[in-house]
Order: sequence, then C-alpha cells, then structure tokens
Amino acid sequence: MDEIKKSYFIAKKDMGTYYLKPPLISWGLMLPIVFVLAFYFRNPIGIKDVVPGLIGMTLLFSSTSMAAIVITFEKRIGALERLLLAPLEIRTILFGKTLGSSVFGLVITIVITIFLIPIIGLSINYPFSFSLIIILSGIAFSLLGILISVGVKEVFEAMTMSNFFRFPMIFLCGVFFPVSSMPFPLPILSYLLPLTYTVDGLKHCLLEDKGIIPLSLDLLILLGFVILLYGLSLFIFKKRIRQEF
Amino acid sequence: MKNDNVIGVNDLTKSYGPILAVDHISFDVKEGEIFGFLGPNGAGKTTTIRMMVGLTQPSSGTALVDGHDILKEPVEVKRTIGLVPETSNLYSELTALDNLIYQAELYGVPRKERKNRGFHLIEEFGLKEHQDKTFQALSRGLKRRLTIAAALVHNPKILFLDEPTTGLDVMSARGLRKLILDSKKKGLTIFLTTHYIPEAESLCDRIAIIVKGKIRIIDTPENIKAQVKETEILEIGLDRITEDLKNKLLFMEGIEKILIAENRIRFQTKSIDQVTPHIIKRIEEQGAKIKSINTLSPSLEDAFVTLTGLDSELMKIDKPVKGGPE
Repeated sequence: MDEIKKSYFIAKKDMGTYYLKPPLISWGLMLPIVFVLAFYFRNPIGIKDVVPGLIGMTLLFSSTSMAAIVITFEKRIGALERLLLAPLEIRTILFGKTLGSSVFGLVITIVITIFLIPIIGLSINYPFSFSLIIILSGIAFSLLGILISVGVKEVFEAMTMSNFFRFPMIFLCGVFFPVSSMPFPLPILSYLLPLTYTVDGLKHCLLEDKGIIPLSLDLLILLGFVILLYGLSLFIFKKRIRQEF
Repeated sequence: MKNDNVIGVNDLTKSYGPILAVDHISFDVKEGEIFGFLGPNGAGKTTTIRMMVGLTQPSSGTALVDGHDILKEPVEVKRTIGLVPETSNLYSELTALDNLIYQAELYGVPRKERKNRGFHLIEEFGLKEHQDKTFQALSRGLKRRLTIAAALVHNPKILFLDEPTTGLDVMSARGLRKLILDSKKKGLTIFLTTHYIPEAESLCDRIAIIVKGKIRIIDTPENIKAQVKETEILEIGLDRITEDLKNKLLFMEGIEKILIAENRIRFQTKSIDQVTPHIIKRIEEQGAKIKSINTLSPSLEDAFVTLTGLDSELMKIDKPVKGGPE
C-alpha cells in the first residue's frame, strides 16, 4: 500500500511538472489534434470510419511522448538519481512513471473522444470495454515509451526512437487502412503490435464492426501486452540502472 | 563493526573493466562523528559513497550502514541515510518548498508532518525568502543548501555529503560548513568527501586519505599531522619566484619537499638549522628578495604531501562542472 502511495506521488509530480514541456505539446497533443482536424475537414462524414484509429493513435502518441520525456529529462538533469536514492523499489518507480504517462494519455484521449463523438454522431456501444481498452492500451503504450527512452540520453533521441516505432504502427495497425486489406506479409507484423488490438477493440465499441478478432480477445491480448511490456521494462530498467549508475 | 560504529565497510572494491576505481577498502564510521574522505579528483571518493548508499553495485566486498547490508537491504539503507550528491539535482520546475514536500512524500513522512518539516528546514537553512522560487531560479549556493535540506527531510541517522562546497563562493562555503557542524551537534553522523584539505581539517573528527582507490591512512587530523612531527617547515616569502630559482631549490640536500604557493615557498626538512643558511644563500644568489621568514608546525597539507607523495596543488583542482542544474 505504501509503495502504491509513493507511485501515486511520483505520477502526480510528473503530471504537474512535465505536461507543458514543448516536445510533449508538439508530439503528444498537437500531432493527434492536427490529424483529427485534417480528417474532419477533408471529409466530415467519412471520418467516422477512422475515428477508432484516430483515438488509438492519440493514445499512442500522448502516452509514449509523456513516458519518453519523463525518463530522458530526469536522466539528463540527474533527478532520476533522486528516485533511486529514495527508499523505493524499482518496480514502484516504474509503476509511478507508467501511471503518470498513462493518465496523461488517457486525459488527452478522453478529451478528443468527447469532442469527436457528438460531432460525428457516434455512440459508445460497450462503455466498460471501451474504458478497459483505453486503460490497457494507455499502460501498454507508456511502458513502450519507457522501454524506448530508458536507453537514450536526450529528449530528441527518445522522440526519434519513439517515431521509429510509432509511424510504422500507424500504417500497420489499422488506423487508416484495415489490416485485412494489407498485402502479405504485412498483417503478420500488424498482429505483433499492440495498437492493432486497440484499434480493433475500439472498432467493436464505436462502429459495431466485427473487427478482425472478438472484442474479448482484443482485451485479453492487450492485457498480455501490458504484462509482457511491464516485465520487459522492469528488466531493462534495472539493467540500465546497473550500467549507468 | 563495533557497537558505536554506524558504518562498517569491509573490503569494498569497484572496478570498471581493467580500471580499479576503489581497491579493497575497509573502515568504520562512529556514531555522531564527521568522517572525511580526503583525496584528489579521481581517487575513488564518489564511487565509494555511491556504493555505500546503494547507487552503484560493488564488484566485491560489502558494507553495513546502520546495521543494514548495502547489498541485501538497499531499501532499508536508503531509509536511514540522506545523500547530497556532488551535483545539486532537485526538480528544477518545483519550488524550494515543493521539492522538500515531494522528498518527504517519497520517504514516507506522515502527511500531517510533511509541510511542517518543509517549513522547518526552509527556516533552518535560511531559505525563507526563497521558498516559493523554483529550484532553477536559485543561486548555486542556495541550491546546495536546499539539496542538503532535502536530504534531511526524513530525519536520517547518517548524512552523506559528496564534495559539499565544490564550486561555491567563499561566503556560501563558509555558511554551509557551519550548517554541517550544526547538524553534527544535533547528533547526526556525517560522512563527507572533499578534495579541500583545510575543509577536511576544519570539519572532520577523523579523516581517511584516499589515493588511486586505496586508503593510505585513517586517523584524526591531529594524529595525521603527528605522523610528520619530526618534520619542520620553513616558510619564506619572496618578492618573486623564477623557474630558475625553483629548480635551484628543488634538489638541495636536506630538503624533503617544497611547496610553492604564490610568492611563498614552504620547505619540509628534518634539519632546519643546517639547511636554512644554504637556502637563504641560494635565494640571494638568484637575486630574489626575502620578504618574510617563518618556521611553522606541519599542517595537514604538509602531512598529506608527505604521506601521499602528491603535490597539494593537485587537490585544488575542481572537477569540470557537469551539465544539468547545479
């Protein structure tokens, strides 16, 4: 309980400190908004089909950007060392950093969803599943951001590395084109990426689309990604700390 | 580890590939004392401190800090200690007070006490008028004060200070030394590293001199000075010191070492009466004018030079300032 409380303090401090950092505003907020507006003004009716993808992409960019900024910025100014000095388990630090990044991603995503849904005339068919999908995806993407940024020194390096994963994911995970219409062997790559299951799950909840797999399986796979990425992040985080400190 | 010892270091070693940064060191620190690690930059002081506080994994050996093994109980060790790293690394966007409150949260200080402790430390460290300024807006001296205050927010038993006054102006350094002595009076055990010999002499109850990862001697400043008590010091003030004069004086018989600071030369010798006339003659031959001449008892600096064989000028070199907030 004590460790959860300390994770909360870490997350609270991160959200209060980093949410106005320029790289976070440009990559975590501006980019998804620009995409949403561009699609909306191009075709206000046709945007409906890509709304699940846009929501998923918003979550991906906001969560990973926050995680990357928090880790690299604190490493650069030596503040991460302060956390390592405090009587905290490494998992508490990791959980706190993930929590802060996920909450930031969720807030941005919810704001964009609230803005999009009434304008386009969509409804959330399964609110509970919708919530679970964005929560699990937000955690998975934050962990991905931590995993990417833990090995680099500068914020711009973290952003470049993140984009190396994020941009291919936009094209491979059904954000704009359905995975089923992609030529072989691209769908194999799609099935290895968490965003595919975020978008697929959101399609179930927002479009009554049957998706490529059942909604329950999307949720289960996303949970699997969270567990896998958490284990991997914890392992890499501990390893990097041993190497760098 | 004896009962009154709060730190017991046993055969601690750290190597980075082929480089041995800390070479099988052992020592104890007694409760309530200020224990100093004195050595030039690169001697292994910071590596030792980082191993003792659980930030760096030792290659071999171990240490007990307040009865907790640094390898087996790192979290317990961290609960007992406060560390002030060489670089003041609090959160630049948080205010002075918020930084203290955040540290209190991380160290599990009860909610009701957090603010009070923060205010108390702000007051104690003379930061009242700066409490609402962000960390990045503070001067280097104030950042240092706040970083020490942050290390004390959870009432630790032992305070580790890594080069506490490096890079500070004379007044800030003096103020900080007073704060360190005041903390000792309140019962805190302090482990500090420094490369300033006068700082170690004025603050520390006991000093370990460390060179190239090895401890050369551990004792009180008085006892370390006594190691060279048969040595006498002749200090001569001159109007100028030329390279030629320096070379002529360096290899004189009966002189163990010479130290040159500005226009003063200190000669270490065991036969002051015999060598003094020869030194004066040499100086006059070189056309330099003698402004003052004194005999002195050996200082810690003289003892350091004799015991380590290092030039004390080496100790005056500060490390290059790293990036990030100071």
